Amino acid sequence: MDWILVAEQALNGLQFGLMLFLLAAGLTLVFGIMDMINLAHGSLYMVGAYLAAAVMAATGSFLLAIGAALVGTAAFGMLLETTLLRRLYQRDHLSQVLATFALILIINEGVRMIWGAQPVMLNTPAALSGPVELLPGLMYPAYRLLIIGVGLAVAVLLYLLVTRTRWGMWVRAGASNRAMATAMGVNIRWLFTAVFGFGAALCALAGSLLGPLLAVQVGMGESILILAFVVIVIGGIGSIRGALVGALLVGLVDTCSRTLLPALLRQLASPEVASNLGPALASILIYVLMAAVLFWKPQGLFPARG
Amino acid sequence: MKKNPAVLCAAMLLLGMAATGQQAWAADKVKVGMLSTLSGPGAGLGVDIRDGFALGVKHLGGKFGGLPVEVVTADDQQNPDVAKQSADRLLKRDKVDFMTGIVFSNIMLAVGPSVFDAKVPYISANAGPSQYAGEQCNPYFFNIAWQNDTLHEVVGKTVMDKGFKKVVVLAPNYPAGKDAITGFKRFYKGANATIADEIYTKLGQLDYSAELAQARAAKPDAMYIFLPGGMGINFIKQFVGAGLSKDITLFGPGFSADEDVIKAVGEPMLGMFNSSQWAHDMDNAVNKKFVADFQKDYGRLPSLYASQGYDAALSMAAAVRDVKGKIEDRPALLKALKAAKFDSVRGAFKYNNNQYPVQDYYLRVITKDSQGRVTNKTLSKVFSNHADAYAASCKMKAS
Repeated sequence: MDWILVAEQALNGLQFGLMLFLLAAGLTLVFGIMDMINLAHGSLYMVGAYLAAAVMAATGSFLLAIGAALVGTAAFGMLLETTLLRRLYQRDHLSQVLATFALILIINEGVRMIWGAQPVMLNTPAALSGPVELLPGLMYPAYRLLIIGVGLAVAVLLYLLVTRTRWGMWVRAGASNRAMATAMGVNIRWLFTAVFGFGAALCALAGSLLGPLLAVQVGMGESILILAFVVIVIGGIGSIRGALVGALLVGLVDTCSRTLLPALLRQLASPEVASNLGPALASILIYVLMAAVLFWKPQGLFPARG
Repeated sequence: MKKNPAVLCAAMLLLGMAATGQQAWAADKVKVGMLSTLSGPGAGLGVDIRDGFALGVKHLGGKFGGLPVEVVTADDQQNPDVAKQSADRLLKRDKVDFMTGIVFSNIMLAVGPSVFDAKVPYISANAGPSQYAGEQCNPYFFNIAWQNDTLHEVVGKTVMDKGFKKVVVLAPNYPAGKDAITGFKRFYKGANATIADEIYTKLGQLDYSAELAQARAAKPDAMYIFLPGGMGINFIKQFVGAGLSKDITLFGPGFSADEDVIKAVGEPMLGMFNSSQWAHDMDNAVNKKFVADFQKDYGRLPSLYASQGYDAALSMAAAVRDVKGKIEDRPALLKALKAAKFDSVRGAFKYNNNQYPVQDYYLRVITKDSQGRVTNKTLSKVFSNHADAYAASCKMKAS
């Protein structure tokens, strides 16, 4: 096990964790403040990626593609909130799950009708498509470095926004006690729409940044949504800090277990057993992590309420 | 009167028999059940099979051997439960005469028993599980594409012949993934062949950064991947982004490098070697017409899935023609299907004793063609008249 591999995996874990954070941040705000389970959160991520791909194909500009994806998805999210999801806040979680699950199916079909069943093309800008030599012998894809940079910047911005601004104060107030916040004169209705649009924009940022690495295809939001839920459960529902810590934990554990575990098992067991057992163990490890966190801290690491 | 369950059951049975008995007269049309994956991440493959089949029917003037064709389409949603229900509906309510279309082997294995019980011939336009090639081979199951292992065997042989000494192999951790690596290793072996690392990933994994770092650390000169659909798209993009394509030659089976993947990845795929029984540049009259008309009708190049759908239609038509429209004579129909008297888009084609193909396999490479499109080009023939490894254990029952 050489240090280059370990360093590269740490960067990979950081990059994956930061992308999960972008998804989990919106999800945890919506869940924490509005007490609303939005299964269609992953669909916004997919919509963002598709919008970016469409604008990229039309204009060839990556920056324009990301900008259009952010604006378009935020508008789409706010439209969903004002027309449909708003009606669900007073209902129980089961109704919310059913309604937003239906939304997943509808949005998937809609995307297929517009863009077709085949995955669409979205590639990294040519300037960033190669690797960079960080240290002698340590090569790392330039594009993943960009993702790390953007992810860190958004995390810092979001932290300042939530802890240092009036808007953030309302959000925190809404998360910890909605009734009191309303009584103190916070316009909850407007706040909810804004938070939802903001969460959608974060989704679109994750989708359009990950799009060039991953396949832009129908249903791409569902698989990553489960991880985003794991992140907010570990971090504590409604807490931005929890989402960041949870996302980095999940990112690092997932990435490292995938390489270290089979290598470790190979020292203990035959290669055949190791190659069978390693991936199976690695894929359950983040759920073991979640179970362990919930055992010691049932509210998550940084609960927003109570 | 006391209700007697046995009497009730008997009455129901009689009613049921009367209902099925009505179907006894000769067919006036051919009904084909097209059960395929038309939604979800795997939909691109099913859509190509469906479109290829539809083009075949169109080229035949909407008729198989003089009988008009009706295609009943159903979506299996890549879900074995949904597939089984849809198959039962096609078999019992729509009373189809043929079935085809399934993409994924796990779904094929779930649906197979219902189809075989109903004694409806199944022409597989993609899924080629080893079970139905070996001991569980069935007179009603025909595979017009390949057995799952064979495309991997072709690459194994190629990598061996090209003299690559150190290879990392990568596949999802599920039965077909394990089969793929088995197939590859069946022909990549010997004193000069080292498998430097064998990596299994979660099925449906999105991000391969960890595996790429692991592969880089193993310093191979070639890499073999079996990652169908979206997984392959992700992997190849990240492989190129990590700069591995400079030192490592990438190999895959045709379904990690066909039009569906190329459409989503584009230029980064240039130079990838892959195997197939078919390519759109194959030089025969049937194929030329197929490729030209597919492009005209659907605005894209056909993939191997589309070619398999097209061949499925041609083979059904040939069988209906050879039994002179008497499709209710099942033994004769099966015999005609097995004779496979049709001109395949891939050239020479025949069935083995297990009703899987004996055919030629080719090496292709992804290049830019004369019109500047990124697409596959046939390089050379790797196997001639190649049969799968399971045929010997098939004791075909009489129908």
